[in-house]
Amino acid sequence: MGANTETIELPVGECTVTRKGTGPQLLLLHGGGGSIADHPVTDKLAEKFEIIAPTHPGFNGTKVPDHFDGMPELVLFYLDVLDALKIDNAVLMGISMGGWLAAELASINCTRFSKVILVDAVGVKVGGPTDRDIVDVFGIPPEKATKLMYHDPANAPDLSTLTDEALAAVAGNRIALGLYTWEPYMHNPKLPQRLHRITAPTLLLWGESDGLVSTDYGEAYAAMIPGAKFVTIPEAGHSPYAEQTDRFVDEVFAFTD
Amino acid sequence: MRTYWFTEDAYPDLPPEEEYESIRVNLPNSNFDPERGHELYNWYLDMWCMAESYGLDIMNNEHHQTATCMVPAAPLMLSILARETSKARLLILGNPISNRRNPIRVAEEMALIDVISKGRLECGFVRGVPYEAAPANRTALRGSQRLWEAHDMIMKAWTTHDGPFNYEGRWFHGRQINIWPRPYQQPAPPVWITMGGRSSTTPVAKNKYVGAVFLAGYPRIREIFDGYREDYLEMHGEHAPFDRLAYLGLVYVGETEEKAREGAEKLLWYMSANKVPGYWSNPPGYHPPQIAAQIMKGARGGSGVPLTATLDDQMARGNVFAGTPDQVYEQIKNFWEYSGGFGNMLMMGQAGFVTHEETETSMKLYSEEVFPRLKELEASTTPAEAWEKSKAMKQRDNVPLDGFALEFVR
Repeated sequence: MGANTETIELPVGECTVTRKGTGPQLLLLHGGGGSIADHPVTDKLAEKFEIIAPTHPGFNGTKVPDHFDGMPELVLFYLDVLDALKIDNAVLMGISMGGWLAAELASINCTRFSKVILVDAVGVKVGGPTDRDIVDVFGIPPEKATKLMYHDPANAPDLSTLTDEALAAVAGNRIALGLYTWEPYMHNPKLPQRLHRITAPTLLLWGESDGLVSTDYGEAYAAMIPGAKFVTIPEAGHSPYAEQTDRFVDEVFAFTD
Repeated sequence: MRTYWFTEDAYPDLPPEEEYESIRVNLPNSNFDPERGHELYNWYLDMWCMAESYGLDIMNNEHHQTATCMVPAAPLMLSILARETSKARLLILGNPISNRRNPIRVAEEMALIDVISKGRLECGFVRGVPYEAAPANRTALRGSQRLWEAHDMIMKAWTTHDGPFNYEGRWFHGRQINIWPRPYQQPAPPVWITMGGRSSTTPVAKNKYVGAVFLAGYPRIREIFDGYREDYLEMHGEHAPFDRLAYLGLVYVGETEEKAREGAEKLLWYMSANKVPGYWSNPPGYHPPQIAAQIMKGARGGSGVPLTATLDDQMARGNVFAGTPDQVYEQIKNFWEYSGGFGNMLMMGQAGFVTHEETETSMKLYSEEVFPRLKELEASTTPAEAWEKSKAMKQRDNVPLDGFALEFVR
């Protein structure tokens, strides 16, 4: 399916955006592994939607504005992105760290979004101070983190087969992920007090075997959002769109019908 | 020429290496016996006092959550030494101000040590090694920028004497800053900054601070020292004096070559015990993507491979100087001339299982038979001459950099 990628200038910084398909808007916010605009799942989603997939600054070799220190800057940056992309009545889908970003955006102002889908999202703390709700991906070997992400570890990409250039890209995305998630780690302690503002129908879609953020975490997260549905996808880990692409798309289509 | 005696205060009594994943960050502190710790802390303090009695100055540092260095608060050790010694310069290299939450606390602690010691503080500021990011829970990204902002705030705190000022920077904020005490040395204690590459020399040279380089060896020393000297000459219109540059190497002097090699092999514990998996060496934002990728690659064959360059390799690199007094003098002289000269030798003279007796033997031989000749060497030439002589020497870059250099040279 034809995709169109461009870099748009914003009042502060710039943003690379890939568009694909026609139909209602689906704003796709990627996770810590970088843009998934090339992933086959987007072709399937594009059968029903216009997929609008921005790349968060710093991922995939894109520039980071100098003033960025973490997620708060990214959230405010996206207010400009929403304006520039004329996002209106869009399905908002965020995956992992992108799910955190989606929850932040929807809880600031939900009027631009028809529905919200959070996929294996981070962003809140559900346990006590000494509960490790979210695996510290910077405190374990990268290959182990990759394996925890998959229901079937054989589906995990093998870092040892990557070219130097591809590995540098992985390292670059890891730096960007660190920028947005280092402290407080992968969450905003103030976000739960704002989640009631998500007024659009919301689905939390979770890989049943997610080794980074468990389904218990997902359920507790869903309970913080009024009326949110919680649905798991069997035989899938942290990236259900990759391990169970068809099932994932079916769930998205069913929720957005 | 000054020589600063340095030990990193190791806790060397570890289980067999195959039984733990990392000596840093996540080695459980059940491995630390407080009784043994008590002995070691007091031994290290005695060692620094002994260094003073041999006419050497004192250098200490800090790390966190690691058996490589038992001191998580260098100012505490230095404050004891401020009281226990009376002549030695007291170098802290350094305060990890990129990771410190409050630079004003650092300004206060350093001023206090300076006053107690009657102006003997030499105050280093460092970004900190990558393994510090996790213990500090501080992002490694933009660490160098944070270092310089914290530095600006500390300098302003040290040099403001007419009541409160405000400092409202990007990362650090204070509205009523007015430290008590102020430093003994006026306008401020001498400042040292570590330099890891050509890109880090400019602000150090601009401020005429002492630029310190750790274990860069022959492969990289001239890139860094030359960078500093070029910047200094360009910005100040004169050659950088020798005392503006410092080099840290491992030094062991023995009565015979055989005994010296034995001692030096024990010193290599500092490198060989540094079993650290790649992910602690590689917090996001510490290294640029290409270097971060190399470290990820290094971890491919299984994590935690110790750094096992042999003594001869480490000596060839200029990381270790070991032998009889004559040999050590020759080795340091060669490196000194190659590097273009420096006025501060940072002597890592004890590590791992080097005993009290071995430590004193080496310290005594160095201070009595090597150090005086190094002073003569420095006095025999000028910075301009030494630099010219260095430029005429062929680059010795046949010694490959390994993971150790990637992680430690900063």
